[in-house]
Amino acid sequence: MNYHRPTSFEQASTIAGASDGTIRFLAGGTDVLVQLRADILTPDDLIDIKHIPGVKDISRTDDGGWRLGVAVSGAEMTEHAELSAEWPGLVEGMDLIGSTQVQGRATLAGNLCNGSPAADSVPGMIAAGCTATVTGPNGSREVPVEEIPTGPGKTVLAKGELISAITIPARGANGGDAYLRFIPRTEMDIAVVGCAVNLRLDGDTIAQARVALGAVAPTARLVAECADAIIGTTLDDATLDGLAHAASAACSPIDDKRGTIEFRTHVAGVLAKRAAKIAYDRAKGASA
Amino acid sequence: MSKQHITATVNGDEVEFLCDTRETLLDCLRDHAGIMGVKEGCGTGDCGACSVTLDGRLVCSCLVLGVEADGAEIGTVEGIAEGEKLHPLQRKFIEHAALQCGICTPGILVAAKNLLEKNPDPTETEIRYWLAGNLCRCTGYDKIVRAVMDAAAEMREAS
Amino acid sequence: MALDGQKTAYKYIGTTPDRPDGLDKVTGRARYGADISMPGMLHGAVLRSPHAHARIVKIDASKALALKGVKAVVTRADFPDGLDGEDWNLQENCMAGEKALYDGHAVAAVAATSPLIARDAVKLIEVDYEVLPHVTDVDAAMKDDAPVIREGAADFSVPEGLHPNVVRYFDSGRGDLDKGFAEADLIIERSYTTEAAHQGYIEPHACLGQMGEDGRGELWVCTQGHWFVRRMSTAVLGIETTNIRVTPSEIGGGFGGKTTVFIEPLSLALSRKTGGKPVKMVMSRNEVLRATGPTASASMDIKMGMTKDGKITAAHGTFRMQGGAFPGAPVDVTTMLAFANYDIENVHHIGYDVITNRPKQAAYRAPGAPMAAFATESTIDELCRELGLDPIDTRLKNAAREGTRATFGPKFGPIGLVETLEAAKTHPNYSAPLGPNQGRGVASGYWMNWGGETSASVAISEDGTVTVSIGTPDIGGSRASMALMAAEAFGIPYEDVRVNISDTGALGVNEPTHGSRATYASGLATIRSAEDCIGKLCKRAADKWGIDPEAVIWEDGCAKPSGPNAGEFPPMSLAEIAGEMGSTGGPISGHFEDSPAGFSGSFGTHVVDVEVDPETGRTTILRYLVVQDAGKAIHPAYVEGQFQGGAAQGIGWALNEEYIYGEDGRLQNPVFLDYRVPVASDLPMIDTVIVEVPNPGHPYGVRGVGETGITPPLPAVANAVREATGKRICNLPLRPSRVLAAIQGKG
Repeated sequence: MNYHRPTSFEQASTIAGASDGTIRFLAGGTDVLVQLRADILTPDDLIDIKHIPGVKDISRTDDGGWRLGVAVSGAEMTEHAELSAEWPGLVEGMDLIGSTQVQGRATLAGNLCNGSPAADSVPGMIAAGCTATVTGPNGSREVPVEEIPTGPGKTVLAKGELISAITIPARGANGGDAYLRFIPRTEMDIAVVGCAVNLRLDGDTIAQARVALGAVAPTARLVAECADAIIGTTLDDATLDGLAHAASAACSPIDDKRGTIEFRTHVAGVLAKRAAKIAYDRAKGASA
Repeated sequence: MSKQHITATVNGDEVEFLCDTRETLLDCLRDHAGIMGVKEGCGTGDCGACSVTLDGRLVCSCLVLGVEADGAEIGTVEGIAEGEKLHPLQRKFIEHAALQCGICTPGILVAAKNLLEKNPDPTETEIRYWLAGNLCRCTGYDKIVRAVMDAAAEMREAS
Repeated sequence: MALDGQKTAYKYIGTTPDRPDGLDKVTGRARYGADISMPGMLHGAVLRSPHAHARIVKIDASKALALKGVKAVVTRADFPDGLDGEDWNLQENCMAGEKALYDGHAVAAVAATSPLIARDAVKLIEVDYEVLPHVTDVDAAMKDDAPVIREGAADFSVPEGLHPNVVRYFDSGRGDLDKGFAEADLIIERSYTTEAAHQGYIEPHACLGQMGEDGRGELWVCTQGHWFVRRMSTAVLGIETTNIRVTPSEIGGGFGGKTTVFIEPLSLALSRKTGGKPVKMVMSRNEVLRATGPTASASMDIKMGMTKDGKITAAHGTFRMQGGAFPGAPVDVTTMLAFANYDIENVHHIGYDVITNRPKQAAYRAPGAPMAAFATESTIDELCRELGLDPIDTRLKNAAREGTRATFGPKFGPIGLVETLEAAKTHPNYSAPLGPNQGRGVASGYWMNWGGETSASVAISEDGTVTVSIGTPDIGGSRASMALMAAEAFGIPYEDVRVNISDTGALGVNEPTHGSRATYASGLATIRSAEDCIGKLCKRAADKWGIDPEAVIWEDGCAKPSGPNAGEFPPMSLAEIAGEMGSTGGPISGHFEDSPAGFSGSFGTHVVDVEVDPETGRTTILRYLVVQDAGKAIHPAYVEGQFQGGAAQGIGWALNEEYIYGEDGRLQNPVFLDYRVPVASDLPMIDTVIVEVPNPGHPYGVRGVGETGITPPLPAVANAVREATGKRICNLPLRPSRVLAAIQGKG
């Protein structure tokens, strides 16, 4: 295994493009090293992108959103007071991944590129409307996060392409987000189901919403039916039941060692209700 | 395949070693630097026995490559005491019988010290969640949590 | 067997001093299995079967041997033929012969100059497998159409007509079941299952073996019992037992799982094949979970009858257990202990030991007892609920006590079940208010404990300290307990005692730290060795004073004349006698060797409060209380630690831990991510009450306390979930999907 330490994304892209074998980009390494140790995958070329200038930065964009470097760890996000206050759901999604130790290394971009349907940070990013900057041989483009994963372990990234930043839109007024996942223990598990809700209020009424589900389909999924179920409402009990129904209806999960189809489908609805209530309360708090 | 030459600071001392690119920091600390207080319990970041600080950040050394540690500052259980003087956490772990077999203890001490540096007055719940990545199969965690709380209280009084 | 002169007032026993090995263990200096290295050392790795059941047609290691740095490959061909019984089982489990019998079964092993080269070499070994039909479930393995795992594995006990996978059969009982059930006002019958759980010690197995061309050598290993390792490793290799000296490292947890061998004989075989180079072998977590011994899984049918006022009139249990591809599931113990908490006149147990394509089970904390407790204590809970009876009062009404003839035969001596129930009843946890979706569960459990072959030595040093040498590795603070018992026996400060875990060359045979025997048996041997020393110390004083040794007594760490008639001499301290011993007759030491039979069992009662999320089926442990009889707690903090650790493991087994096999017969969750042991945030503080009903078979009244604690949690948690949800769930673990299905009426 060749280890590379490029100092620019262009250089990283060139190394990746020139490799004849399997390549992996290394940021936090919390997936790559597990695969290496378990002999699931030993890349021929491992490209460490942590030495590219700016990859550890969390900075404001011109429109009031955020731009996150690809080597920003979960712990660094959680410790960022402004980011956590504006996007608590998105930050919580990242914070739920693994242990304190994993939080010291794991990154949003890594969680996204690993391509797990159960990735905890991805529903929150989708609900927030995040985009990923994809850099490759032909320059850079912005891609909505929900379009990055294409199936378990698969992404839309072509050979020589990598994510060079994650952009979070401006929070704006009267908005709130939340992410909940279901696991059997309190920590250290992979999500059996995950649900993120991001919404904006007009008075007491939900004016805009995005709802994303994780671990119930081959990729994390933006569910328009869930958003439709709550837009224009004040999240009364009937609305919440409708939301739960829409969330369950959007599920096409698998039976595996972590959960059954029936359980995942049911719990997706439960989590959607609970996450929506938290997001709603946060939006109210933000508007108060 | 040629090995890479790595220079790192471990517990304040400069350490040099040659490592294969596939070797983890855990492998390098144990096999090339003789730092045996770092333990492998799982190799997949699920048990915390290999916990170290990497430039001040708590990590599993099994989830870091040796080559990534070039130029880094690493802290292990061997660096917790100051000379002959044990860290309060070390004393409290003995006093509270917070270890049985002791294999998880080095990682838990490193993790708990890192917590108290960030949060000198953690609640029981904060301690439990901070240490959720450090498995202990012997104690049921009760005495570990008590030892951390007691050490924190003593350190607050002393400061 | 009551021993004379059991003490009741103590100076050191019952205090909680720092453990002697504490400093090494908080500074990272303590040397565990993988921490031992030698000059010229090679590294071993094992090739394991990816198939649950397959004939090994051919093994070609030529590519591996051609890899630079590879020094040797061993396969079954490197081990002797002609073994039988358990020796053959061990050999077959350490290295597959004609067939791979489970996913993870060792097929070949490599020694190379680095761990990475060894791992690379393993991947270059080519094996032709003929894949065979497999079975991993105990009930499926007993069915007519189940594949036969090994013809002729059954022993004489198995009745005709059963599937060849049934390898042992147990049938015991007493009284008149029909009469007993006729006397009952309510009879409940239920079927239960528990899944295999792993001991989950955090330290993977590790050893360093060195063996020369002459078949002599040494082994350094993390183990609960190095004499067991010596006997088993040499048996597998077909060499004389004493050819190998075994030294135990510090041990990073065992819970029964480190009382046998897996990689140890392989490291010795590789070492011999490389011309005597030391070979270090360290398992990965994946190997630990796939290829070492989890406990058995169980399928059980229970029928119990009770009168309206709570008297158990009859009990019948059928227990089917699989312990992997070899005989040995602890169903004999399960049948023994199933109803042992209670005084029941009419009782019958039937047990089936069944082989499947899973790893060879190993002991796990009270082996066989937690499964039985789950089935019987759940049934009793259900009887109490239907009859409107208090679960503690009902248990008190039926509790075994001194003089009760146990359901497994012998009469109980002094035991503490009643005391644990009474203490649980008056504890504040038993009356704490419960909210919605919350429930309280009660269960009792028992482990009979053990004595076993024991050898110890105590030597007086010239500086007045004493060194205790024992043969039971310190897995949870037992050095402190030995030092306390020696201090008490000699009347010298705790700090003046050193405790040594001796290798197999330095003491007579010792059984492992298992069966909750270390504090009892090594403790008894320590005290008796000290008494042997004291006799010699008194003789030195008598000689000096010119009086009869019978006229000297030992008190507060000093030899003293026994009274005015013996003469007037100032007391001589241990240090004074020790300081002169070179010129008064030479070194002084004491010894003790026995298989002490005065062990006595420990009962425990647990009370747990849970909350179940009615929408997801997830269970949270709110409060937990362990009450257990320690006989006499030598170091109460480490006794509490055993109670708490046992409870935590039992909670894990009850809620989320399980071996999950796929359709392909492969283990689906050989990683701590998915083999879900409790983490710190899963548990509350675990409250403890130490009950002390002294064991007359130990000088200070000790009962082993290590194992009982894992027995009550399985039913206690299930009973609490029953109260919280209104649903009786008879299958463990109580994973959320299962609990939710029960709540929704689909269970």
